[in-house]
Amino acid sequence: MSEQFEPVIICFTCNWCSYRAADLAGTARMHYAPNVRLVRLMCSGRLDPTFIMKALSGGADGVLITGCHPGECHYIEQNYKAQSRWLLLRRVLKGLGIAPERVKLTWTSASEGTKLTKEINSFVEEIRDQGPLAWHKNLQQEKQETSQHNPKQAPVEVTV
Amino acid sequence: MSNDKTNKIGVYVCHCGTNISHTVDVAKVRDWAAEGLGSEGVVIARDYKFMCSSPGQELIEQDIKELGLDRVVVAACSPHLHELTFRNASKRAGLNPYLTELASIREQVSWVHTDKEAATEKAKAVVTGAVERVIENEPLEELKVAIHPDTLVVGGGIAGIQAALEIANAGKKVWLVEREASIGGHMAQFDKTFPTLDCAACILTPRMFEAGNHPNIELMTWSEVTNVAGYVGNFSVTIKKKPRYLKEELCTGCRICIEKCPTKVVDQGYEAGIGYRKAIYTSSAQAVPKYPVIDTENCNFFQKGTCKVCEKSCPTEAIDYEQKEEFLTVDVGNIILATGYDLFDARKVSNYGYGRLPNVFTSIEFERMCNAAGPTSGDIVLRDGKTTPKTVGIIHCVGSRDRNYNNYCSNICCMQSLKFAHLVKERTGDTVYDFYIDMRTPMKAYDEFYQRVLEEGTLFVRGKVAQVTDAARKASEEGKLMVQVEDTLIGKQRRIPVDMVILSIGMEPRHDAKETGKLFGIGCSANGWFTEKHAKLDPISTMTEGIFIAGTATGPKDIPTSVAQGSAAAARVLNMIMRGEVTLEPIKASVYQGQCSGCRICNSLCPFNAITFLEDRKVSEINPALCQGCGTCVAACPAGAISGTGFSNDQILAQIDGLLMDVTLADA
Repeated sequence: MSEQFEPVIICFTCNWCSYRAADLAGTARMHYAPNVRLVRLMCSGRLDPTFIMKALSGGADGVLITGCHPGECHYIEQNYKAQSRWLLLRRVLKGLGIAPERVKLTWTSASEGTKLTKEINSFVEEIRDQGPLAWHKNLQQEKQETSQHNPKQAPVEVTV
Repeated sequence: MSNDKTNKIGVYVCHCGTNISHTVDVAKVRDWAAEGLGSEGVVIARDYKFMCSSPGQELIEQDIKELGLDRVVVAACSPHLHELTFRNASKRAGLNPYLTELASIREQVSWVHTDKEAATEKAKAVVTGAVERVIENEPLEELKVAIHPDTLVVGGGIAGIQAALEIANAGKKVWLVEREASIGGHMAQFDKTFPTLDCAACILTPRMFEAGNHPNIELMTWSEVTNVAGYVGNFSVTIKKKPRYLKEELCTGCRICIEKCPTKVVDQGYEAGIGYRKAIYTSSAQAVPKYPVIDTENCNFFQKGTCKVCEKSCPTEAIDYEQKEEFLTVDVGNIILATGYDLFDARKVSNYGYGRLPNVFTSIEFERMCNAAGPTSGDIVLRDGKTTPKTVGIIHCVGSRDRNYNNYCSNICCMQSLKFAHLVKERTGDTVYDFYIDMRTPMKAYDEFYQRVLEEGTLFVRGKVAQVTDAARKASEEGKLMVQVEDTLIGKQRRIPVDMVILSIGMEPRHDAKETGKLFGIGCSANGWFTEKHAKLDPISTMTEGIFIAGTATGPKDIPTSVAQGSAAAARVLNMIMRGEVTLEPIKASVYQGQCSGCRICNSLCPFNAITFLEDRKVSEINPALCQGCGTCVAACPAGAISGTGFSNDQILAQIDGLLMDVTLADA
């Protein structure tokens, strides 16, 4: 593969801190890699681990979770709950044979456009080093193969 | 992913002048929406130079009416900027505003990327995400809540006093809470105020008195806010009233107790450590309210159990050693935080010798020294209390504009130093050296004041002082303080002998600003100052509705700016009170009780206590008035029984699908 691998990353942001940091990065014309696509939530505490699995199984190579710094959550303490879920999910990912490093958590306040930019850029590089996850691609191939072997049996829908 | 609801979606891609179109191929995004997303229900896709302009908005309104659109996606700037604009446009055309989504392709795409092709591809993905999401959007009704007409002002410095007076004079009730025994704040300690040189007390005390006696102001000094519950319009605030050990209703403010008290202690507060006060005291004779407090750590009775001189001498029997702290809960609609600043601790800059070299003073010590009501009755003297200095050195930027301490400019120190230079000249005729890095005098009549001090003969040395020392190198330096500085205008090291050094110390966020921020639900910047909603266009609001900020709590400011902010915050509060009700975003969680298993996992997750368990029916219930819409319970419910409006599972999962559609299409 001579061409550089361009990962696709889903980044979950909090409405009060990291999404505003992303706004700030934009207003200040800070540049970061275009590989990251943002999803705005009201709080990192809203982050259902299903969303992460959905992103990874749907074609993303990595997921970046961002929230308010510890002690600065707009909803007092919900970022801690996001952290607990992330820690648990890492163990699940390991069990599934997915490098837990593909899902990263980082704290950024609304004033930290620079920090968000740096975090995104370094995460893109980390995932580039990890290589493609290809969960979705493999799933598609498996489906095709299954249907070729057992043309009568309908392919198993895997939804998360 | 396919749209079985047969929606009619309109997609509008904004050029934003060239802000978006210089990096994103707007026509390609439009065509993708029209062709690629036709199967998802997109019936029209347009691009326009400025979607937020009146013709741009009319374009949407017209399509809603003529084409019968039931969903709208606007690909433009951040939702924090124009979400409301486009929701209102939809509303005008008869579409529920919550069926409109904003896809940010400016802040999150065109402004942060340079590669046109990659940016266009990303913009397409962002638009696809928004289209998939909007399909799952549900019509919502805004929530309206009544606003309690009372206001809480925290901090009784000049900004807080100003805010409280503005609201009280408009006929609305204010709770003014101050943790010190008197209102007045730092300004009450000052002697003169720059650049006009009016005496601080002369202009401040009438305001203090007015605030203390206003029929609409409930003044609570020696008190602190300990808990804040509720939300905009309906806060419930708990205030702790610390014991003064004196019955305020009986005290006449005659000050006989203070006079008779046998214990004298160094006053580290009001007198900045260069004067004394008694163990029962008021900060000054002009304190508002006039009631003294007992400093239990130094009071003979509290420490040794004997004395009671104050009790014996009080003509109205107001002293009450048994007094306990009291807690009071008040309901308010809005809160203004004017909690002010702390001063930089000059001891941290050990090379300037403060605390070690007696004749190195801080600016606040010098303020008290200059004050006619201060410990030296306004005489400028050395630490021995009698010798008048012949040469005085004033050092700017102590603790400010310094990577080792605070990197920001404290705003007032240049003018404060110039004021000191003038006062020293005026009162002693001394030689004055002023050591500055850059002279910053940008406000009204400030630079004129600088010119005046220049003409008065103060000697300005441009350079950052390296060291202040009493170690003499030669006989002529004996007994002097030597200021070592590189004079950057002549490019030479200088060693200047002076008798007194004044350190112009900077402002710092309150040591407990973080805790205060947490208590009121607002954030601090990297430096620790409270964060404004918008640094330029909304400097007195916070991200939390109903909580406003004024004065130096958001960063170093001079008196005129603090006063202006106090008035501005008051105007905003009055605006809220006049409206009578506030519209809240209908982003709330609710439990579908048929699906709730009663596991109670969600019960402990809510920091606002919005979730209660109904013992009789063994299910949980969410109080929509208390729910703040964070969605943590939605994510946690193992039965999927909790749903959150505005950010439902369906909406987010669909958005993820949309964002990744290009990948899935490529894999297929």
